[in-house]
Amino acid sequence: MKWTIVVGRYDKDQPAGSGYPPPFESAAAKRYQTFEVDLPEHAMVLDALIQVREYQDESLAVRCACRSAICGSCAMWINGHANLACTSKLRDFTVDGKVTVESPPSMPPIRDLVCDMTPFWQKNRQVRPWLEGKEPVPAGEEYRVPNAAMENLIQEVGCISCGACLMDCESFAVNQNFLGPAALAKAYRYTADPRDAETRDRLKTYSEPDGVWDCTHCYECVQQCPKGVAPLEQILKLRRMAVEEGFTNNAGTRHAYAFAESVKDSGRLNELTLMPKSFGLLNIRAQLQSLPAAFNMARAGKLPPLIHKKIPGLARIKSIFAKVGGKFK
Amino acid sequence: MILDHDVVVLGAGLAGMRAALEAARAGVKVAVVSKVHPVRSHSGAAQGGINAAIGKDDSWEIHAFDTIKGSDYLADQDAVEIMASEAPRDIIELEHMGVTFFRDDQGKLGTRAFGGASKARTYFVGDITGQALLYTLYDQILKAGVQIYEEWFATALYTVEGACRGAVCIDMLSGELHLLRAGAIIMASGGCGRVYEPSTNALICTGDGIALAYRVGAPLMDMEMVQYHPTTLKGSGFLMTEAARGEGAYLLNASGERFMQRYAPKMMELASRDVVSRSETIEIAEGRGVDDCVFLDLRHLGPEVVMRKLPQIHEMALDFLGIDMLTTPVPVRPGMHYIMGGIKTDATGATAMPGMYAAGECACVSVHGGNRLGANSLLDTLVFGRRSGAASANYARQVQPLTSGEDFLRSEQVRIAALLERPYEGETHARLRLELGTMMDRNVGVYRDEAGLQAALQTIQQLKQRYQHVAVGDKSRVYNQALTFVLELGYMLDIAETIVYSALTRTESRGAQSRTDFPKRNDAEWLKHVVIHSHDGQAPAIDFSPVSITKWPPQERTY
Ligand SMILES: Cc1cc2nc3c(=O)[nH]c(=O)nc-3n(C[C@H](O)[C@H](O)[C@H](O)COP(=O)(O)OP(=O)(O)OC[C@H]3O[C@@H](n4cnc5c(N)ncnc54)[C@H](O)[C@@H]3O)c2cc1C
Ligand code: FES
Repeated sequence: MKWTIVVGRYDKDQPAGSGYPPPFESAAAKRYQTFEVDLPEHAMVLDALIQVREYQDESLAVRCACRSAICGSCAMWINGHANLACTSKLRDFTVDGKVTVESPPSMPPIRDLVCDMTPFWQKNRQVRPWLEGKEPVPAGEEYRVPNAAMENLIQEVGCISCGACLMDCESFAVNQNFLGPAALAKAYRYTADPRDAETRDRLKTYSEPDGVWDCTHCYECVQQCPKGVAPLEQILKLRRMAVEEGFTNNAGTRHAYAFAESVKDSGRLNELTLMPKSFGLLNIRAQLQSLPAAFNMARAGKLPPLIHKKIPGLARIKSIFAKVGGKFK
Repeated sequence: MILDHDVVVLGAGLAGMRAALEAARAGVKVAVVSKVHPVRSHSGAAQGGINAAIGKDDSWEIHAFDTIKGSDYLADQDAVEIMASEAPRDIIELEHMGVTFFRDDQGKLGTRAFGGASKARTYFVGDITGQALLYTLYDQILKAGVQIYEEWFATALYTVEGACRGAVCIDMLSGELHLLRAGAIIMASGGCGRVYEPSTNALICTGDGIALAYRVGAPLMDMEMVQYHPTTLKGSGFLMTEAARGEGAYLLNASGERFMQRYAPKMMELASRDVVSRSETIEIAEGRGVDDCVFLDLRHLGPEVVMRKLPQIHEMALDFLGIDMLTTPVPVRPGMHYIMGGIKTDATGATAMPGMYAAGECACVSVHGGNRLGANSLLDTLVFGRRSGAASANYARQVQPLTSGEDFLRSEQVRIAALLERPYEGETHARLRLELGTMMDRNVGVYRDEAGLQAALQTIQQLKQRYQHVAVGDKSRVYNQALTFVLELGYMLDIAETIVYSALTRTESRGAQSRTDFPKRNDAEWLKHVVIHSHDGQAPAIDFSPVSITKWPPQERTY
C-alpha cells in the first residue's frame, strides 16, 4: 500500500531562518518534506520513517530502538500531538491522504525528529527518583510488603520515559519550571512505596511551587501516555497525600479549599474571593500583582459580578458536602 | 577532548549500570557511556523475569544443575556455581533498591515457572521485569552521582602496550569525537541480535563492544552458540515471552496438536529453548505449520491471568498482527534471540587483555554454554556486572595515569572524516545489513551444515568487500545516524564471521549448535570451548579452552 508522510526537517547546524514556532523562532529553518512509502496495511508510522531513512534519505534523523513501545525513544508529534511512532498505525493517522510528523515544538529541537530531552531528564532528577529505604533494612531478606502495594506502583513503573506527556503538557507550555507529568508520576511511585522513609519530606517538596499544584488538569498527559501511566491520576494522589500530611500552607491547597468553600456556601464559584484566598489573605504583594489582570478583565467586561448570588437548591449541595465528609462537612 | 576516569563502562544496560554502581561504591571515578539514553537500553525489553534459588524447596545447587544441563554441559561449572549461589543476594539487593517484585500472600517475593527449570524460581515484575530493573538501576546511579555520557557512540578502543586504556566516542549531539581515557574499561555493550534478520533484539543490538574488543585482540568464546527463541511473533520477530508458557500457554501445530508431547513428554512446552526451537522447526519443515509458523495459545488461561500477568504480549499481538490472544492463538516461529558467546572472561569479568573487563550479553564467562536458560541472562548481567565493577576498580587503582592519546584520537578523527567523504557508488548500509541478516537466519540458524556454513562464509567475505564501498548518506555533524549505522554494519560483519568460523569448527551438535551433518553430541572430542581471535587482517585464529567440570559430569539431556 502507498502511504504519504510529511516530515518536519531541521538541522540545528544550518543557518538561522524563519519557520520554527516560538520559542525557537530564531533557530535554524525548519521545512516540511513529503515522502511516499510502500508498506503493508498494519504498518506503523515508524516503519515508514525507517523505510525513508534506509532507502530514500539517509540523513533523516529519528530515535528508535525497540519498535514496540518499550524503549521510549520514538515519541514525536504526529498530526500535532505527541505519540509513539512505533505503535501509531499509518492507517489510523492518515488524514487527507497524509500523516505529518515533526519534533514537538515544546522541546528544543536538535535534528529532524530528534528533540532535546534534557528538560525531561532534569525534571526526573529533581524529584529525587530513588528509594530512600526504611531502616532497618531487613538483613539478608526482602522488605515484607503486600503485593497490592507493589501493584499500586506498577502503573508508574510501566512508564517508558518517552516524554509524550511533557511534550503536550499545557502547564509546562507556560511554565518551563513545572516538574511535569512524568516526573511527578515518578515522585508518586517513590512516595507511595511502603519501603520509602522520606514520604513526608517528599510530599513537602512536591507541594512547593512548580510541583503538584501547578497541574491544570488539562488531561493531555493522560490522553497522550502510550502506557496507561495516567500521570494526572498520580498527581492527584500526591495532592491528597500531601493535604493529609498537613502540607496545606500553599497556594494550591488554599485554592482548592477556597473553591470548595465557595461552592458549599453559594453553590457556585466566587471568583472575586478565589484569588485572594488562594494567594493567602495577607499576601498583599501577590494580590497587588494580580490587579493589572483584573483591570484588563474589567475593561473587557469579564469581571465577575460584585454581588455573589447563591443558587437555588443549595441545601442539596450542602448535603453532598456532608456525605463526602472531611474538612467541609 | 580527552577526559580521564578510573573506570569507563561501555554500555548502560543492566550489566553496565550494575558495574558502574559497584565501581562507584569502591570509591573510584567512574563513567558510563551509552549510544542511547541508559533507560533505552535493550535490557528494558526483558519481559519474563530473573532467576534465583531463594525458596525453601529450592537450592542454588539445583539452580546450578538446571543451568548446566540447559547449557548442554558446555557451561563452566565453577562460574555457574558462583552465579547460582550469589543470585539470592543480588535479587534481595535489588529489592532493597526498590524493584517492585511480585509478592506472595505473606508479602514475600513470589515466583513463576520458566523453561528448563525444575523449580519455579523466576522473580518478576508483571511482564516488564527488565524495565523495572533497568529503571531502578538508573535511579541508583543517579543517586550515586555516576557520570553518564549518553548518546555517545564508541568507535574504537585505545590500547597502550597491550593494555586497554580507553575508548573513542562520537558525541551524537555535536558530532565531535572524544577520547575517554581510563585505568580500566568494562565492556557492557550487550548482544548482537541484528546480525540476524529477523531478531527479537532492538535495532541497537549490533554487537559493537564484542567487535571492538575482538579488533584489539581480545579472544571471543562460544560464538557459535546463538539462541533461537521458540516464540517470536510472525513477521516482525517480536518476542512473546517464555512467561506465557510459564503461566501455562500451549504450543499447537496446524492441526491443533500440542506437539511438544512427542519431543519432551515431561517438560512439554517448558523444555529448554534449543529443544523447543528444534521441535518447532521440524514441525514446520514436515508441513505441520502454517506460513512457517506454529501457534501460541493463551485462550485457556482466561482474561484474568492474561491481562494481569501478560498484558504486554497481549498488546503486541493486537498492535502488530491485529490478533486478540484472548480468543485466537497467535502465529510464532523460532527467531534469533541471544548470543551465549562473547568476549571471554573469568569469573571476575577480566578478559585476556589487561585493563579490559566484560559483563552481560557481550561477555562469555561462560555460564550459559550451549544454551541459556530463560531468566538467567538478567541474572548474569547483575552478578558479573557487580563482580567486574569491583575487580576493575581494584585494578584501575594500580595503574599509572596516562598522558598519551592525542595521536590516537586524531587518527580516529581522520578515519571517520574519510568515511564521511567516501563517494556514493551504489552500496548502502541498509541493503547490506538486510542481506547479511537474512543470510545468517537462513544458513546459520537453528540447523546448520558444512555446505551452508561455507556458503555463509563466502557471502560474508563478499559483503566485507562491498562494505569498503558503502557511503555515508548524511554529511551533517549533528546526530548523524547514517554514520553510526555504517560503523555498526562493520561491527556486525566481524561478528558474523566469528560466528560462522566457530560453527564450522565445532563438528558436533550441542545446545544451540545443531549440525545436521554431525547430529550427535560428542563429549570425547568437543567438551571444550571454541575460542577465536583476530589475526592481523587474515582469517581468524581458533583455539580451545577446557570446560570446567566440578560436580556434574555430562549426562544425556532429556526433558
Ligand atoms: C525481547 C527480549 C526479552 C528478554 N527477556 C529476558 C528475560 O525475561 N530474562 C532474562 O534473563 N533475559 C532476557 N533477555 C535477555 C536479556 O534481556 C539481555 O541479555 C540483557 O538484558 C543484556 O543486558 P546487557 O546489559 O548486557 O546489554 P544491553 O541492555 O543490551 O545494553 C547494552 C548497552 O551498551 C550500549 N552500547 C552498545 N554499543 C555501543 C556503542 N558502540 N557505543 C556506546 N554504547 C554502546 C547500549 O547503548 C546499551 O546501553 C531478553 C532479551 C530480549 C531481546
Ligand atoms: S522505538 Fe522504542 S518506543 Fe518506539
